Amino acid sequence: MSTQFSLTDLKSIMRRCTGADDAQDLDGDILNVRFRDLGYDSLAVLEIASNIQRAYKIAFPDEAIEQILTPADVLSFTNIAQAA
Amino acid sequence: MMGRPTVITGVGVAAPTGVGAEAHWANLLDSKSGITRISRFDASGYHVQLAGEVHDFDASDHIPRRLVAETDHMTHLAFAATQEALDGAQLNSAEHSDLELSVVTANSSAGAAFGQRELEKLYSEGPGAVGAYMSIAWFYAATTGQLSIRHGLRGPCGVIATEQAGGLDALGHSRRALDKGARAVVVGGSDAALTPYGVVAQYANGNLTSCTDPGRAYLPFDRAASGYVAGEGGAMVIVEDTASATGRGAPILGELAGYAATFDPHPRTGRPSTLRRAAQLALDDAQLGADQIDVVFADGYGTSAMDTVEVETIAALFGRRAVPVTVPKTATGRLYAGGAALDVVTALLCMRDGLIPPSINITDPAFDDQLDLVIGAPRDAPVRTALVLARGYGGFNSAVVLRRPDSLHQ
Amino acid sequence: MKVHFLRWVAEIMAAPRAVITGIGVVAPGQPGREQFWELISNGRTATRTISLFDPAEFRSHLGAECIFDAEREGLSHQQIRRMDRAGQFAVVATREALADSGLQIGSVIPERTAVSIGNAIGNSILMEQEYRVLSDNGSRWLVDERYAVPHLYSAVVSSSIATEVAWDVGAEGPTSLITTGCCSGIDSVGYAFDLIREGAADIVVTGATEAPIYPITAACFDTLRASSTRNDTPASACRPFDRDRDGLVLGEGSAMFVLEEFGHARARGARIYAEVIGYSARANGYHMTGLRTDGREMAQAITAAMDQAQINPDQIDYVNAHGSGTRQNDRHETAAYKSSLGGRAYEVPISSIKSMVGHSLGGIGSIEIAACALAIQRDVVPPTANYETPDPECDLDYVPVTARELKVNTVLSVGSGFGGFQSAILLSALKDRAA
Repeated sequence: MSTQFSLTDLKSIMRRCTGADDAQDLDGDILNVRFRDLGYDSLAVLEIASNIQRAYKIAFPDEAIEQILTPADVLSFTNIAQAA
Repeated sequence: MMGRPTVITGVGVAAPTGVGAEAHWANLLDSKSGITRISRFDASGYHVQLAGEVHDFDASDHIPRRLVAETDHMTHLAFAATQEALDGAQLNSAEHSDLELSVVTANSSAGAAFGQRELEKLYSEGPGAVGAYMSIAWFYAATTGQLSIRHGLRGPCGVIATEQAGGLDALGHSRRALDKGARAVVVGGSDAALTPYGVVAQYANGNLTSCTDPGRAYLPFDRAASGYVAGEGGAMVIVEDTASATGRGAPILGELAGYAATFDPHPRTGRPSTLRRAAQLALDDAQLGADQIDVVFADGYGTSAMDTVEVETIAALFGRRAVPVTVPKTATGRLYAGGAALDVVTALLCMRDGLIPPSINITDPAFDDQLDLVIGAPRDAPVRTALVLARGYGGFNSAVVLRRPDSLHQ
Repeated sequence: MKVHFLRWVAEIMAAPRAVITGIGVVAPGQPGREQFWELISNGRTATRTISLFDPAEFRSHLGAECIFDAEREGLSHQQIRRMDRAGQFAVVATREALADSGLQIGSVIPERTAVSIGNAIGNSILMEQEYRVLSDNGSRWLVDERYAVPHLYSAVVSSSIATEVAWDVGAEGPTSLITTGCCSGIDSVGYAFDLIREGAADIVVTGATEAPIYPITAACFDTLRASSTRNDTPASACRPFDRDRDGLVLGEGSAMFVLEEFGHARARGARIYAEVIGYSARANGYHMTGLRTDGREMAQAITAAMDQAQINPDQIDYVNAHGSGTRQNDRHETAAYKSSLGGRAYEVPISSIKSMVGHSLGGIGSIEIAACALAIQRDVVPPTANYETPDPECDLDYVPVTARELKVNTVLSVGSGFGGFQSAILLSALKDRAA
């Protein structure tokens, strides 16, 4: 996992672990769309974070989780954690 | 117990005999069995080879995929049955305060499939692998919680675990919700323990059959009884106060006339089973005599020891061969928390159509002198009242008396 | 004369009353009702580093465990083998409750004795331990049936807990396992209350039990980030209502009661701790774990319980909070108190004993009811331990650190649980109904 975690990687995790709705379009630019508006609640965000932690062997601190509102936030925290 | 007249206004089914009440009923009348070899996993190495699986069921036909991911199969089945029941009751939840709508479910072995998957992740990968949904998907209350959210049911809600008796206990408890101000209660049960760990655990109770022929496996009251077959699924109904239901022009499918529960003493005491007392108390609650009951939906446990006690109970209450008895769960297997709820729905359909569904695969009744068991084909009979019995492993006995709507005025 | 006659008529026509005549507790720390009261009335905490499994790989290392020797507590080898820890707690607590009530096992009329036990996650430790063996530590989806123990089925159904207690007591009346998540401990006593009022039983052995301190449950709360990570300071980790609270601490234990029809208790001269005067349950229908900030449905449950008890907020002397110590819960229930109790919310002492005994999920509701009944009997309100720094969003009187002596007649206890359950129960010192 030496490459940077990308939006494509994130979308793949989002689809796999929470079951994307047919009606919900994850294609396209969702980078700055709030998870809430994509239909992902607090548990879904935790589930996504948990999956990333396992797959990429990183840890999100609690403060980071609280600040995650959009996919862009996830990418930014993940890349910070990967660099660490 | 209490005098409040209570009726059932909607029913929904997700069972091995069909998804949908009418599909289930049609299969029962055709003596079609929902019991097959287990297909969910390779059960060839296990004592238990057969089960009543809910066939042709895709949870995403009933709920959004996201909801599928965060719930166990037991809840998927309940979602489907609940929607059907709500549609049938024509309950417009917008017309009631959300605090007047409740849900009470029964459950027995929690979210077995979800649980086994998460336990596997825990022990093969470590604690970090346990997902965020395990805390809400596996536990016994998950279905009530999810139904409450999905349908905005915020009145007094409940969850009861009394194994196979749970479906009737939930029904009894729904009357309390009405007494506490609920206008309508979604009530029933479902279980889904057809996973390797779940099935192995069930077999350990010593009461499941290891027979591998679906037509010869689950034979309650038959000389060849060798234990029961387990199944998954269940049923949900909508329960309302009679005045409130008739006031809004709801379909009235039947009256919940009586309910009671008792508990069996430990065998070492030498005291008798209390199943008879449960049935008698339910009759008393319904203010009916045994001679006014037109059919008994027996528990039909399927082991000779349990069957003997039930036959003695029915004969003592009613007299020998004095009332038709049937066990439609011969077509589905025992569905645990879903089983008695399904029996209630079946009883309502039986009363509606004046047809008693047969106990399938029974060819050599062992208690013919005492029990008028309906076998072979459905029996034409006017059915105005039904007694439903349920026994949960560990000693739980419950009984419910149902009445046909037009007989309410007699 | 006429007034007395009218009172008598009113009494005959009212629903039966339900009183607590026996209390048994197995709580974190030493087992026993008096040991429990000694802990909480002295503001001592039983939250420690988990010893029931090795928590090194977990986010939270904290638990409030019972110092429990099943053999010493009188369980047989077979009971110990076939029962999960939760069931063992319940049977032991039940025996203490029965002894405390003065009823002899064998003197209860079986058909008039019911059982109602609360529990959220079943025999989870036993289920998990057996899973490990059958799956060969999670390596086999197709578990190895040869290793199935005879009591394995009892381990995967939670109803077996009710069976064990009913067997021990000799009950033949309605017997149920009430399982509404973290409200189970209140809802099971509420269920028992209903049974008495319906005339379905003269005695209900009721309460709750839970033993969740084991990997799968610990991992669940880790993933949710709901448990405290103050791993270096276990004794002061659970800090309900405090500005710096960081989550719950898992606890375990059981409290069981003899809940008795009042006339039945009075006729045999039983000592009465308290009367159950109101009970109500709601669901928030909002989210399985999230809570609305306004606490609407908890407030509704509180109001409905007060209506049933025919009391107003000013008559409440003490509120035993849910107070799990999570940021969202403590805020949520503070809002619920304000909207249901009005001005009284700012005066009434409110405390969370989870600060001392942790959160035992389905069990805690009954452990808290035990604290309430003892508070009424002894006119002492247990404190919220570890409360140091006020949180502007939680600005009520949380009885910080030290227990408080005061006249305690009427107590409100509330619970909130996954699935959106919100429950409230009211206890009071025995009053003449006409007073």
